[in-house]
Amino acid sequence: MNTFMLLLPETILLVFAFALLALDLIWKPRSNTLAIIMLTGALVTLAATIFVWMQANNGVIQLAVISTDGAGAVPMLAMDRFAMFFKVYAALTVALVGLLATDYVREKIRYPGEFYALMLFAGLALMLVASSTNLVMIFLAFEFLSITSYLLTGFMRNDAFSIEAALKYFLYGAVASAVMLLGFSLIYGATGSLDLHGIATGIRSSDPSIIHVLAIPAIVLIIVGLGFKIALVPFHQWSPEAYQGAPTPVTAFLSVGPKASGFALMVRVLTVAFPAFARTANTDWVLILTGIAIITMTFGNVVAIWQKNIKRLFAYSSIAQAGYMLIGVIAIAPQFVGGVPPIEGWDQGLNGLLLFLFGYLFTNLGSFAIILAVENKTGSSSVEQFNGLVKRAPYLSIAFVIFLLSLIGIPPTAGFIGKLLVFGAAIKQQMYVLAAIGLFNSVISVYYYLGIARKMFFSPAEDTTPIPVSRSLNFVVTISMVLVLAIAIGAQPFLDWVSGSTQILATVF
Amino acid sequence: MSAIPLSWWIFVATALFMIGFYVALTRKNAIAILIGLELMLNATNINLVAFDRYITPARVEGQVFAVFVIAIAAAEAAVALAIFIAAYRRRGTVDVENLDSMKF
Repeated sequence: MNTFMLLLPETILLVFAFALLALDLIWKPRSNTLAIIMLTGALVTLAATIFVWMQANNGVIQLAVISTDGAGAVPMLAMDRFAMFFKVYAALTVALVGLLATDYVREKIRYPGEFYALMLFAGLALMLVASSTNLVMIFLAFEFLSITSYLLTGFMRNDAFSIEAALKYFLYGAVASAVMLLGFSLIYGATGSLDLHGIATGIRSSDPSIIHVLAIPAIVLIIVGLGFKIALVPFHQWSPEAYQGAPTPVTAFLSVGPKASGFALMVRVLTVAFPAFARTANTDWVLILTGIAIITMTFGNVVAIWQKNIKRLFAYSSIAQAGYMLIGVIAIAPQFVGGVPPIEGWDQGLNGLLLFLFGYLFTNLGSFAIILAVENKTGSSSVEQFNGLVKRAPYLSIAFVIFLLSLIGIPPTAGFIGKLLVFGAAIKQQMYVLAAIGLFNSVISVYYYLGIARKMFFSPAEDTTPIPVSRSLNFVVTISMVLVLAIAIGAQPFLDWVSGSTQILATVF
Repeated sequence: MSAIPLSWWIFVATALFMIGFYVALTRKNAIAILIGLELMLNATNINLVAFDRYITPARVEGQVFAVFVIAIAAAEAAVALAIFIAAYRRRGTVDVENLDSMKF
C-alpha cells in the first residue's frame, strides 16, 4: 500500500473542504445542499478510514513526509492502529456534529459554506493530531486544531457571547501552546531529536545531569499544553466560557473532538518519548497526572452542581469526565519503568480510556442534540427550559435520561463499561485511593445529572407546547442512544476493537 | 559565533519568554497580550535555533521548526486580530476585564 493510499481519509476531507469553499463562493447554494455535501464528505472519510484500518492491520507504518537531511527521511506521521482508532473517532465526530448542526446553521449562521468547510478542516486536524510522531508535526497539527476551534467558536460574530468566547479561548489557548512549544524546544535541546522515538533513545544515552535540567521542565510544560486542550484543572478556565458562548453545535464538537485528540497526543508523547520518567525519584509524571486527575474530577463535579446554564453545566461535566479518563492514562504508566518493554496486561488502562472516549462521543453528542432541539424551540439554554420536558417531548426526555445515566456510569450504558475498565485498571495497579476518589466523584455527579432528569419529569413546565424535533436531530439522538446501549450490552466487539488499537503502540519499544 | 556558550542563548531565550509570559498575564488589553504571546514564540525560536547550532550542527531540524513556528505565529496573529476586530465592533472594547458577560 503506497503512502497516498494511507493518507486517503485526510485527502478526502481536504478535497471536500475546499470543494465546499469553492461551491459556496461560486453558486451560493442553500444551507441544506452544503450540509449534504459536508455529510457526504464525512461519511466517505469514515469509509476510507475503515478501509485503511483494515489494510494497516499488520505492523506499524510510518510516513516520512519531509526529509531534512541527506542521511534519511524523518518520520512525521504514524499510521498505526492507535491513530486509526482516533481517525474513526474524528470522522464520526464530524459526521454527527454536521448532522446535528443542520437546523441550527440554517436558522442562525450567515455563512453556512464556511462553517461546514471549517468543520471538515477541524476533522482533518483531529486526524493529524492523533497520528503525529514528530514534535514539528505535533505542533503544526495542534495549532491547526486550535485555530479552527477558535474560528468555529467565534463564528456567530454578531453575537456578543460567541465573540467573547472566541477571544478568551484564543488568549488562553495561544499562551498554552506557546508554553508547550517551550517544552518542545527544551526537549529538543536535551536529546537532539524531534522524533518521539529519537527522544526516548536520546534520554537513555545522554548525560543524566543535562537530561534532568532540561527534560523535567519540558515534561511539565508539555503537560500544561495538553492539559489545556483536554480542559484539565487548573488549565480549564477557557472551557466554561467557550462552551457557553460558542454556537451549540460547536460546543458539541469542542466537548468531544479536541478532548479525544488531546488524550491521543498525551498517550503517544508520554509513553513513546518519556517512558523513562514515569516512576523515577526525580521526575514522576504519573504522580503529576494523579494530582491533576484528582483535582479535575473533584472540581468539575462540585462546580457543576451550581450551574444554571445547561451548556456551562456540560462544560464542567466534561471537565469531570476528562478527570476519569485521565485515570486510564495513569494506569498504563507503571509498566514503563526505565523504558523496558511492556509486560502482559499493560494496556488495560488504555483500553478503558479508548472505550470511555468512544462511549462519551455518543453520550455527549446525543445530549447536545437534545439541548439543541430545546434551544431551537425556546431560544434559551437555561436549565429551567428542561422543566416538564417529558410532556413536551417524551422521546427526547427518555433518551436524555439514558445519556445522563451513561454520564453517571450506571449500567446498562457505555459510560458504565468505560468507568468499569478505567477504575478496574487503577485498582489492578494498586491505585486504590485514585479509584476510590473516582467512585466518590461519580456519586457527587449523580446529584446534578439526575437533577436535570428530575426537572424533566417532575417540575411543571411554563409552556406546554410540544417541542418539534427535526429528522436530523432525531436521527442523531436515536443512533447515539442505540450505540450507548450497544456498547454496554454487546461490549465484546468494541472491547476487541480497542484492545486491537492499543497493540501497535506497544511494538515501538 | 562558537565563542558564545550555549547557556547564554538559553538564558536570553528564557528571560524573553518570562517577559512575554508576564506581559500576557498582567496586561488587560487583548492586543498587548498578543504582543506578549509573540515574544514567547520568538523566545522559543531562539532556543530552537541555538540548540540546532550547538547540539545537532549537522542537521537543520531545529531551524526548520523555527520557520514553521514563524508561519504559525503569523496565522495565529491573523485569526487573533480578526477576533479582536469583531469583538471591538460588537462590544466597543478589547479590554479583557470588560468582557465578562458570561459569569453565572
